[in-house]
Amino acid sequence: MNRYPLWKYLTVAIALLLGLVYTLPNFFGESPAVQVSSTKATIKVDDKTRDQVASALQTAGIDTDGIFLDSHGVKVRLHNGDSQLQARDVLEKQFNPDPGDPQYVVALNLLSSSPQWLTSLHALPMYLGLDLRGGVHFLLQVDMKGALTKRLDSIGGDLRSLLRDKTVRHAGIAREGERLVIRFRDNDTRAKGRAAMEDNQSDLLLADQGEGEDLKLVATLKPEAMKRIQEFAIKQNMSTLHNRINELGVAEPVIAQQGADRIVVQLPGVQDTAKAKDLLGRTATLEIRMVDDTPGALEAAQAGQVPFGADVYVERGGRPLLVKKQVVLTGDRLTDAQPGFDNQTHEPAVHLTLDSAGSRIFKDVTRDNVGKRMAILLIEKGKGEVVTAPVIRSEISGGRVQISGRMSTMEANDTALLLRAGSLAAPMEIIEERAIGPSLGAENIKKGFQSTLWGFSAIAVFMIVYYMLFGLVSVLALAANLLFLVALLSLLQATLTLPGIAAIALTLGMAIDANVLINERIREELRNGSSPQAAIHTGYERAFGTILDSNITTLIAGIALLIFGSGPVRGFAVVHCLGILTSLFSAVVVSRALINLIHGRRRKIESLAIGQVWKPGNTGNTAAN
Amino acid sequence: MEFFRIRKDIPFMRHALTFNIVSLLTFLLAVFFLFSRGLHLSVEFTGGTLIEVNYTQAADLEKIRDSLGKAGHSDFAVQNFGSSQDVLIRLPLKAEQNTAKIGEAVMQALASETSGATLRRVEFVGPQVGKELAENGALALLLVIIGIVVYLAFRFEWRFSVSAIIANLHDVIIILGFFAFFQWEFSLSVLAAVLAVLGYSVNESVVVFDRVRETFKKARGLTTPQVLDHAITSTISRTIITHGATQMMVLSMLVFGGETLHYFSLALTIGICFGIYSSVLVASPLVMWLGVSREQFVRPKKTIEGANSDGAVV
Repeated sequence: MNRYPLWKYLTVAIALLLGLVYTLPNFFGESPAVQVSSTKATIKVDDKTRDQVASALQTAGIDTDGIFLDSHGVKVRLHNGDSQLQARDVLEKQFNPDPGDPQYVVALNLLSSSPQWLTSLHALPMYLGLDLRGGVHFLLQVDMKGALTKRLDSIGGDLRSLLRDKTVRHAGIAREGERLVIRFRDNDTRAKGRAAMEDNQSDLLLADQGEGEDLKLVATLKPEAMKRIQEFAIKQNMSTLHNRINELGVAEPVIAQQGADRIVVQLPGVQDTAKAKDLLGRTATLEIRMVDDTPGALEAAQAGQVPFGADVYVERGGRPLLVKKQVVLTGDRLTDAQPGFDNQTHEPAVHLTLDSAGSRIFKDVTRDNVGKRMAILLIEKGKGEVVTAPVIRSEISGGRVQISGRMSTMEANDTALLLRAGSLAAPMEIIEERAIGPSLGAENIKKGFQSTLWGFSAIAVFMIVYYMLFGLVSVLALAANLLFLVALLSLLQATLTLPGIAAIALTLGMAIDANVLINERIREELRNGSSPQAAIHTGYERAFGTILDSNITTLIAGIALLIFGSGPVRGFAVVHCLGILTSLFSAVVVSRALINLIHGRRRKIESLAIGQVWKPGNTGNTAAN
Repeated sequence: MEFFRIRKDIPFMRHALTFNIVSLLTFLLAVFFLFSRGLHLSVEFTGGTLIEVNYTQAADLEKIRDSLGKAGHSDFAVQNFGSSQDVLIRLPLKAEQNTAKIGEAVMQALASETSGATLRRVEFVGPQVGKELAENGALALLLVIIGIVVYLAFRFEWRFSVSAIIANLHDVIIILGFFAFFQWEFSLSVLAAVLAVLGYSVNESVVVFDRVRETFKKARGLTTPQVLDHAITSTISRTIITHGATQMMVLSMLVFGGETLHYFSLALTIGICFGIYSSVLVASPLVMWLGVSREQFVRPKKTIEGANSDGAVV
């Protein structure tokens, strides 16, 4: 009765094997590496970059342990810290010849030293949190109210020009908090105004108010429009942050949305919080200016004679461009930029949306400059870069601008991103900051590891002394539990923090409960006179219901922590919940498989090595061996 | 080896009243300290800045206080953290200051007066985050309570779920009472420990209740207190061994885990010790007084006339 069918043994064996494979990368440690990635969306890191890295290192005579290309960029694995620093310097010189204008991020990184076949199985070491590897963590609150009022202000401007175009006479448009109030003198004009607005502004919810001479139309944003604006604001802020953080030279920055209006920024390895904060708060501006295409002027400018009222800028492709100093429009007037396709030619294009004041200026400028080029510049830290310089084909009215021609879909995406990334859609504020030094991180790992190791050893010694063979089986099951847990954490790439390590230790301490329950039950059955085989069978059978109940109550607590916890608590909860699940399998199935393997083959066994089974009224040892 | 050589069921229920009065007293004491002293909440809940600095030699706390005072900071706390070389500085939230810049300002102040200071850790928490964390903590506690009550009511009986949750909430209050009395720092990880303990010691009650149910079904002619005594006695060895094992792990964290895990493991230690007591000796009497009886577990079997003792008929 204590025999498992073959498939059950196989399941256990396969689970153990998988556990081993996915735990393995954690033992190989990490080796120093240098990572090259691009700072700008317009520069792609590809096979060519990899070849460049390889040849640069070869000429410098630096041996590598391999050069890889992945989604983060080109990574070079090196023998030791010295060659890592050398390689960094060589690559920095190669990729950023002008230190004032970095094109690439050349950052120090650590790469898992596990063999290639493990990496190709997606077996990676556990992802360590900042408290274990050192770095900075910021939680930024996006001011959504600011984003909404900004949008309302620009809608107000749109309404003004709309009513003027439709010759509807109003007595003033004003924003009062989170609503727009449009005043009218009589009912007819109000109805007309309302009709015009309903046709043109689908985002607004309109309501009539006031009476007599003072008639009002109160416009508020529809909930879905508000949601859209807020989502847009947070996305835009995130992409802006991405661009800026690239400058810090961080190997693997994390920029993620948390909740509806918060952004988490994690910069592993960064110690200089001041610089990071400076970057997060900086603003960039977008400017539209006219290109000076006077024949010969550019050549003269390159020779050193820059014409009065113009500057030389470099276009994306690297070509120089003479741009007039006078600013036609600033980025404030740009409400959106999206990649898309031309309606007629189906070529990739970028669609810009301007607000009403911007559209008016744009209309005038395009009317006067058909056939000429205009440049869109991104100005950051006082330095400008031409994002794109399209030719004006005809007068453009209505504020919807399309830039197309000789553009790939990728380029259209990049341009749209750059145009949007210029500025923050809404102001942000740092509401949480955490910086952990690298030595503290290493110390935390050591402490966490030692606690688990010594706790585990103490439990192992006690269990084996107290329950003999069954204790050994319990310890093996507990070790399997640890294996599964680490494998699962590595597989899911869940962030492991110090509270997470504490949760591993605690979960192991709690998981032994299941085996104690089983072993005590078996002893009890023996005490009541059952045969050894029957005792094992009923012991496991009876204990299982209890184990299930008690684990579910613990799991309820774990899930509550997972739902409501943030930061360190969440790290604890993830590991705790996973640990409860793995312990159910290892304590019941794995330990039973081991016991069955040991005892199940024989039909009848004399005694079980489960330590002393004491019976009342019988002073001798009955079943110990 | 066998630690537990118990010949007869121990009459726990005879002393039920004593146990409950003892736990009521500890509970009231804990509540008293909670209100009179309050919890010493960490920066995570109150908002503010926490800076950990490491010195190459033993740090002079007075000098650090001086230099911070000169730099215009007030209401700060400076203390050693783990060793004499590590110093922890706490600064409260101030409306007029640019709180996000405090970290650098403090390091500048320290660098001007004392040498050899390296920044180990900075934690800044804004006011809105702290409030939210406290709210979320309370919600998590509520969710755990509801979840456990519902699950136990579904698996056992409402009497069991009610007494289990009362017994274990009293553990939670006692842990909080300890933290209030000694003014230990109550941080997010302590909160996690408290909730983990709640789940863990309910688990304890479940094991006993499982036995109670089984005994009710199996043994006839026993009174309710006798059933409870039997259930507790037959699970006591498992209770002690399991808790001992868990405590070994926690003790190892307390010894090797350093300052960061110190209060976490301390909360667990208190929780485990009181968990044994309350889930066994408080929950069981409560079940008894709530009127648990055999009928609630044994479904009336349809008796067929002429059936033998197994209920078989042809």
